Amino acid sequence: MSLTRREFLKSSAAASAAAAIGMSVPADLEAKAQKAQSEWRWDKAACRFCGTGCGIMMATSGEGVDRKIVAVKGDPAAPVNRGLNCIKGYFNAKIMYGADRLKKPLLRVDKDGNFDKHGKFAPVSWKRAFDEMEIHTKKALKHGGPEAVAVFASGQYTVMEGYAAQKMMKGGFRSNAIDPNARHCMASAVVGFYQTFGIDEPSGCYDDIEITDTVIAWGSNMAEMHPILWSRVTDRKLSDPDRVKVVSIQTYTHRTSDLADLEIIFTPNTDTAIWNYIAREIVYNHPESIEWEFIRKHIIFAAGPVNLGYGMRRSDDKSIKEGKYTDLEMETISKEMSKVVSKAEGPALEPFGYKEGDTMVNNGGTLGHWEISFEEYKRSLEPYTLSYTAKLCKGDPDEKLRDFKKKLKYLAQLYIEEGRKVVSFWTMGMNQHTRGTWDNTLAYNVHFLLDKQARPGSGAFSLTGQPSACGTAREVGTFTHRLPADMMVKNPKHREIVENKWKIPNGTLNGVGKQHIMQIHRDIEDGLVKFAWVNVCNPYQDTASATHWIKAAREMDNFIVTSDGYPGISAKVSDLILPSAMMYEKWGAYGNAERRTQHWRQQVIPVGDAMSDTWQWMEYAKRFTVDDLWGAYEPSGPRKTPLADVRKQAKDMGYSGDTTMFDILFNNEDARSYKLDQKDPIQKGYDNSEGYGDARNVIGSDGKVFEGYGFHVHKYLFEEYAAFGRGHGHDLAPFDVYHKVRGLKWPVVNGVETQWRFNSKYDPYAAAQTMKSGNPFAFYGTLAKALQSGTLEGKDKASKKVPLPNKAKIFARPYMDAPELPDKEYDTWLSTGRVLEHWHSGTMTMRVPELYRAVPEALCYMHPQDAKDKDLKQGGLCWIESRRGKVKARVETRGRNRPARGLVFVPWFDEKVFINKVCLDATCPMSKQTDYKKCAVKIYRA
Amino acid sequence: MRYLISRRITQVGIIALYILAHVYGVKMLEGNLSSSVLFGSIPLSDPFAMMQMFFAGSIITMDVFIGALIITIFYGLLGGRMFCSWVCPMNIVTDAANLLRRKLGISAIQKRVYMSRNIRYWILGLSLVLSFLMGLTAFELVSPISILHRGLVFGMGFGFAVVLIIFFFDLLVHENGWCGYVCPLGGFYSLIGRYSLLRVEHDAEKCTECMECKVVCPEKEVLFMIGKSSEMVKMGACTNCARCIEVCEDDALNFSIRNYIK
Amino acid sequence: MTDRRKFLLSMARSVGLAGIGALVWSSVLEESVSASLLLRPPGALKEEDFLKSCIKCGLCVSACPYDTLKLAAPGDKKPMGTPFFDAREMPCYMCEDIPCVPVCPTGALDESSVSNDGILDINLAQMGVAVVDSYACIAFWGIQCDACYRACPLLDEAIVLEYGRNERTGKHAFLKPVVMPDVCTGCGMCEHACITEKASITIIPREVVMGRAGDHYVKGWDEQDQKRVANAKAEITQTEISKKSAIDSLNDDSGLFE
Repeated sequence: MSLTRREFLKSSAAASAAAAIGMSVPADLEAKAQKAQSEWRWDKAACRFCGTGCGIMMATSGEGVDRKIVAVKGDPAAPVNRGLNCIKGYFNAKIMYGADRLKKPLLRVDKDGNFDKHGKFAPVSWKRAFDEMEIHTKKALKHGGPEAVAVFASGQYTVMEGYAAQKMMKGGFRSNAIDPNARHCMASAVVGFYQTFGIDEPSGCYDDIEITDTVIAWGSNMAEMHPILWSRVTDRKLSDPDRVKVVSIQTYTHRTSDLADLEIIFTPNTDTAIWNYIAREIVYNHPESIEWEFIRKHIIFAAGPVNLGYGMRRSDDKSIKEGKYTDLEMETISKEMSKVVSKAEGPALEPFGYKEGDTMVNNGGTLGHWEISFEEYKRSLEPYTLSYTAKLCKGDPDEKLRDFKKKLKYLAQLYIEEGRKVVSFWTMGMNQHTRGTWDNTLAYNVHFLLDKQARPGSGAFSLTGQPSACGTAREVGTFTHRLPADMMVKNPKHREIVENKWKIPNGTLNGVGKQHIMQIHRDIEDGLVKFAWVNVCNPYQDTASATHWIKAAREMDNFIVTSDGYPGISAKVSDLILPSAMMYEKWGAYGNAERRTQHWRQQVIPVGDAMSDTWQWMEYAKRFTVDDLWGAYEPSGPRKTPLADVRKQAKDMGYSGDTTMFDILFNNEDARSYKLDQKDPIQKGYDNSEGYGDARNVIGSDGKVFEGYGFHVHKYLFEEYAAFGRGHGHDLAPFDVYHKVRGLKWPVVNGVETQWRFNSKYDPYAAAQTMKSGNPFAFYGTLAKALQSGTLEGKDKASKKVPLPNKAKIFARPYMDAPELPDKEYDTWLSTGRVLEHWHSGTMTMRVPELYRAVPEALCYMHPQDAKDKDLKQGGLCWIESRRGKVKARVETRGRNRPARGLVFVPWFDEKVFINKVCLDATCPMSKQTDYKKCAVKIYRA
Repeated sequence: MRYLISRRITQVGIIALYILAHVYGVKMLEGNLSSSVLFGSIPLSDPFAMMQMFFAGSIITMDVFIGALIITIFYGLLGGRMFCSWVCPMNIVTDAANLLRRKLGISAIQKRVYMSRNIRYWILGLSLVLSFLMGLTAFELVSPISILHRGLVFGMGFGFAVVLIIFFFDLLVHENGWCGYVCPLGGFYSLIGRYSLLRVEHDAEKCTECMECKVVCPEKEVLFMIGKSSEMVKMGACTNCARCIEVCEDDALNFSIRNYIK
Repeated sequence: MTDRRKFLLSMARSVGLAGIGALVWSSVLEESVSASLLLRPPGALKEEDFLKSCIKCGLCVSACPYDTLKLAAPGDKKPMGTPFFDAREMPCYMCEDIPCVPVCPTGALDESSVSNDGILDINLAQMGVAVVDSYACIAFWGIQCDACYRACPLLDEAIVLEYGRNERTGKHAFLKPVVMPDVCTGCGMCEHACITEKASITIIPREVVMGRAGDHYVKGWDEQDQKRVANAKAEITQTEISKKSAIDSLNDDSGLFE
């Protein structure tokens, strides 16, 4: 009705306007439009969303604070996407301008304006915000040492932000309680890389797609989650439809199966058995296909313990002892301590010394492993006969076993076929898995046995979800256990390198890095962590068993800060909210899944009083001095030894007791050498809110107008960080180079990027290692490259450590059940995931009207027969209930996701369908990555 | 006043029941005055709408036929033209207009425009002819009554404008203009209500010829007998609104049941 | 004047007035039903018959669990009081039990048209048909969208993807949505989901958009196609050139010798 009326008014207004000034209006408007467009400034940037790393061009218009993003185009020069985008990328121009952008710091206060944990949010100054953060951080440090100060970090940090956060946390606070949401997304891939290669990140690159003959997607809905890559896969398929085969191996049918020549629907968690089945086919039935030459030169065989548990809480955890977990929850959690070997896993575990009915005592996760013989490895494969594997894995109860067997055979055949290039892609299906690390290593096994790894068009290739899970979380090392460039906090030598580079006293860095993101939540619940800061993520929506963590944050004595652009669940749960500059409101760099680093410049000035996370970290660092942080600390949490007082060394280095961390870590001499220069073609004409301040004249953390640090913060942070990797297989190009090119795949040696790592023909590092031997490959990663030996059952404690330079590993790893299986009461598998239209928790995309309209709510996808059996109606509401909680969602029996009977799929982007209240916080005990893909639920009519 | 209040209660109550069903899902009376379902099973349909459908060439379903039959029997046998004063929500609008008209004394100062009460029958006839010729339910597609009752339940749109036009027509152009002269539905119920049992009876003995009843009556012709003879108001145009009964201070007018046997 | 004349005169005047009234009225009616690029509930009779039969009671609207159906009010520019939906605003969610149809008292929503052997089957509904504007649809630009395809309740049946190579980039594929009119129910989920500013896929009433191939030709490669031409019969054809009889045109030599 209003529309019609408006239309009427509009047309009458137009009529009278036309009568008054005739035809001059359109001409005038056109001229105006042309003038406006000529004032647009186009500049390159990267897409905000997934790990594909598409290049975009961004048009801004206006002056000073009024400069806004007006349009976006795909960058035709970007090698990844050649000017194309998916629909999320299509809306990059709109994501920063949601009506409810956070513009001022907000603090929970009582009626007198004092902080009150139970108060309502009210706007406060930046100064007040940092005052509160300082008070509560110091309180936390006093309470539990560095371990009590934690950061929920992100795979969506820019490289510089991640580095700044990491430097202040580990170098300043001496706390390793910083871990990114990327833990939830690719930690299993990382540990897989470390275990297999001794160094992180894929050997191949996207160019594999155009070269390969076979694309096999394992537990990955590439069509929706990596659409641009999927369109490349599609193009490859079209280029030679008979030769090129596409296989979709999933727990339910989704869009990726559309293109597939072969679809395999398996029972959740049994993908490990399928990998082992393929390996068995190779080793037992097609031994001629094994490339022995390659194996002898480059591979060793290895095994590790299997009684690792499932990364859940353990019986001696404080909150367990305090009874914060219900009996129902404990039914599942008890498996963490011990479990009975099931009928299904009995045969698989037999070579490892367990049989059906045995009680397996779980000792918790360990990365330890040892070398075994090929014969031992072969023995571990023995159980995976076609009939065992097919019976175990068949995921669709309505499919005939015979047909399923045929499919498995065909799959193995595709891998084995001589001359057939094969790429295995995977994402969350294999990573979010209580045996995710195993699953990743099992993928490399098959490729190694056939010498189909690190070759153009062949290789096992882990795709990442987040835009800078690789670039920031992994390469910068914002994980609890990592330092830049694959260095580890555990390694004293690595700590020393970092301390020297950072010009902080030796012994400052904390050597215990065990507070991964799941542990931080648990430490808050246990009362160890008292101060936590959320950066560029939404941990209170994205973590399984969510009710526990929200309760802990809201009901216990602690202080939670969230920096965000929009009011999501995490902001809601917090005590203080800081308004953050969003991606194009700051200089930055992201690194995608094929090791491509891409930079962009600050396109516009942030909205309101929002400031970048880098700025927030630097201002926060101003509040802490040498005396505040670098004294001695008693053992705390996972750290069983004291931390030394390093203040004396600090003084020897020229710092005084009241030198601030800001001056040491960020505002040092080196930093100030990165000059702001409006003559520099890279900087010319672009804002740099951290460097110069900006036209808004934001009142900063000291109550005065922030006028900039006076140097190029981003360039400094990037160059200092990049120096760690140069010469160590992680070479990044100089800052300025990245502003001239469309990203480069590291290692960038002599200005040239690397397409296939470890392959002497393409990788200068491998070439250097094989100069003498002339070997085609060198797996030059250095982590865990000296092993003792043993058998499948265990390590020979008397054996000597043997160095394994340039070798990769094939692991013997069995199938094991998930810790929570469907039973009589909770009879259905729940798998969660994403949809193409929305990014993660939806804080950005749910604010784009077109995307919101397209998918306004999360649905519960299920088989129509299940719906019928449970008396549910298509489109009706149902409860999805697990031992941990329940949510309501609409039943969808049609459309894009079509599970077989016995499984439902619910995406997690919708805060109103808070599915993580239902999910189980079991993780891979090695990688600590949560398994969001499996838990048992019951579904009933709401 | 008690008849006035009862009429308003039924008028508002029926619409309220429709809203209750549509908006809140309490399904006692669903649909609207064109067609409804009572208690989830008894169909009720507007017989005039059904006739238009029939003339338009629609195949009349059993549901509609039975529904229309129930309504026809109810009014034809019992209530007469009660629909107009007891059910139709437009009656509230026109009553308001006419009340205001009396208060402002507009009739007194205005030169009377001649209108024939037969207009409604012409329109009624035209409705059916046009329905037949155009294959459309001619009156239903434009009926202000339907716009109003449908609008109240399902959303009004610009419908309020139509209601206002009728209000001002009655206020400024012609007393009782819509209900008494134009509305074909009123005409329709006048026709089927001709022989109904419920009637107003005039007792000339008691009448003091104050003529108050004629002032308030929207269909003045039906009261031709006032002060002249004791008889029932038998013309179908009477809507059984009972306003005459309420204004009569002499107890000369009352409801009564027509006795055909006598 | 005599009474008789008076009567005749007034009668004539009434008839005249009625005629003018009828003229005005019918043009209003004509106008009110002509604007009808509108979508009816599932099972609706052909528009012409629907307008005859719909009693405008709103029972279908009340039955719709999604606020999809509305009754046209003045200002909607739709035949007043009749039920319709605007797919962009709120599409038909294709309930399996089709609650809006059985409640229709007049048969304007015809249960049999959405039933198979007496069992309701919403997939038989023909509310309209989706039409893609390939100029505005970003999938035709190469953008990886297919939001309509994913939104379709009959995914891969009513909307399928046509794959094509993107020669410009040399390594990406087009995934273009193509509507299968024989399956499309016109529910409008695609139009609702379309992420362009104004939807690039729109539901249009079937009569308006669907063509009809002649009865004289059967697809030789499709055995089912013969069913389509069940009413085929021989017809005398006539064009401009064959208007005259053979003899007449033979005898007409005008212009021949000029």
